[in-house]
Amino acid sequence: MMLDPYEIRKDFPILKRKINNHPLIYFDSAATSQKPRQVIEAIKNFYENCNANVHRGVHTLSQEASELYENAHEEVAKFINAKGMEEIVFVRGTTEAINLVAYAWALRSLKREDEVLVTLMEHHSNIVPWESLSKINGFQVKYVGVNNDGTLNYEVFENAISERTRIVCLPHISNVTGGINDVKKVVKMAHEHGALVLVDGAQSVPHLPVDVKDLDIDFLAFSGHKMLGPTGIGVLYGKHEILEEMEPFHGGGAMIKEVSFNTITRRCSISWNDLPWKFEAGTPNICGGVGLMAAIKYLKGIGMEAVRAHERMLTGYAMRRMKECEKVRVYGPKDASAKCGIIPFNVDELSSHDVALFFDSHAIMIRSGFHCAQPLHEKFKLKSSARASFYIYNTREEIDRFIEVLKEIAGF
Amino acid sequence: MNAVEDYVARVEETCGQDRGFVVILRYNKKDEAIAKILEKAKMEKSISRIVFELTFKNVSFRLYGTGKAIFRNLKDKRELKKVLADLLL
Repeated sequence: MMLDPYEIRKDFPILKRKINNHPLIYFDSAATSQKPRQVIEAIKNFYENCNANVHRGVHTLSQEASELYENAHEEVAKFINAKGMEEIVFVRGTTEAINLVAYAWALRSLKREDEVLVTLMEHHSNIVPWESLSKINGFQVKYVGVNNDGTLNYEVFENAISERTRIVCLPHISNVTGGINDVKKVVKMAHEHGALVLVDGAQSVPHLPVDVKDLDIDFLAFSGHKMLGPTGIGVLYGKHEILEEMEPFHGGGAMIKEVSFNTITRRCSISWNDLPWKFEAGTPNICGGVGLMAAIKYLKGIGMEAVRAHERMLTGYAMRRMKECEKVRVYGPKDASAKCGIIPFNVDELSSHDVALFFDSHAIMIRSGFHCAQPLHEKFKLKSSARASFYIYNTREEIDRFIEVLKEIAGF
Repeated sequence: MNAVEDYVARVEETCGQDRGFVVILRYNKKDEAIAKILEKAKMEKSISRIVFELTFKNVSFRLYGTGKAIFRNLKDKRELKKVLADLLL
């Protein structure tokens, strides 16, 4: 069940570009993915034909926009096998989804004696909200170390969970190494201690089948722009019963049922709207939702198993070929089947930024720096790293060209 | 417009412990800017006019034929601007 990247590429107008007289090779999909014509058309069609504000509008356009926006929630729910759209909250992206859990759940639920468990491989977006919040209500943020190849040590993890642990946070896939964590195992450990689990799915939902019921995750955060959708739209999945118990994150229009002024107390009494709208204050990113729905339909058309298989093939091929380059160090798991299409590396005596600039001069787009994961780089004793990341539109020929340029860089 | 603004489109600060500044030259002025820089800085190494490893007043940097340059070990943007002004004057 392999996909045909050459057919897929026809849907991506940007891949026809030439930069510095070289054909564009886009190896930065872990930062953001490119968008197929179907997503671009869905956005264009929305603004040309259906644009209106959603909910509580009686006119035709508002009803059409509302239906599209709700359908987008339903489409996301089916994609990750949630119970229904009441478990799907649209946010700006993974970062906002994690902040929502921190400020709407943890701020009210955690006390001084409680602990939040995070890993050393976390993206900063799953560290900073917890550290900031711990300064307000005094709970402990406890870090679980990782093995030398950046993989999780499940024994250490299990020992770190205690009765004080209220929530365990981990990435499904590391955005630095591409290593895939055994989320099911961690969820089982956490639930045995009565802790909730928040999974950062920014790098997993776009690249492999994710089933929230099977994994028994309490919260899942991910971004639309890394899965062919537009920027500014993301998702927080939460189990219905947990979201129901939570207070809203933002206050404003659309997230309330009633705001009634009492002339005696001279205060307003407020009742929250139903899920998921309780968490979507103000006019939402309607068009972003429509674009995300188109992206999901596109991915479903390919099949997530096929997406996974293609990336595994590309990653294995790239890792094998990178061994031909003597001065190149590759980090993370060595087995391509244990990771997704992300390869962090460095070239001896060169900074990652030099490497990225050199690739850029050949129109090969890769990322350099900490990738918002400084603690993991400190663990690896790295000043920074270069990162190549693949998606459905990349080919073996592009990897051959990448290796050619890499050899040139290593010879510098 | 002074020399720096005339030739430089933007400056990007990189992240990592090996943090530096990536200077992106204006596309329509890049060849002129590169020529000025190559005239003033000392060439340490080059690969077929794609990358030049240069030093100028004890500041080492790499210049790319695409019109980008990376400067390291500078204190801040002000220091970078001073070096760029001297190079592009």
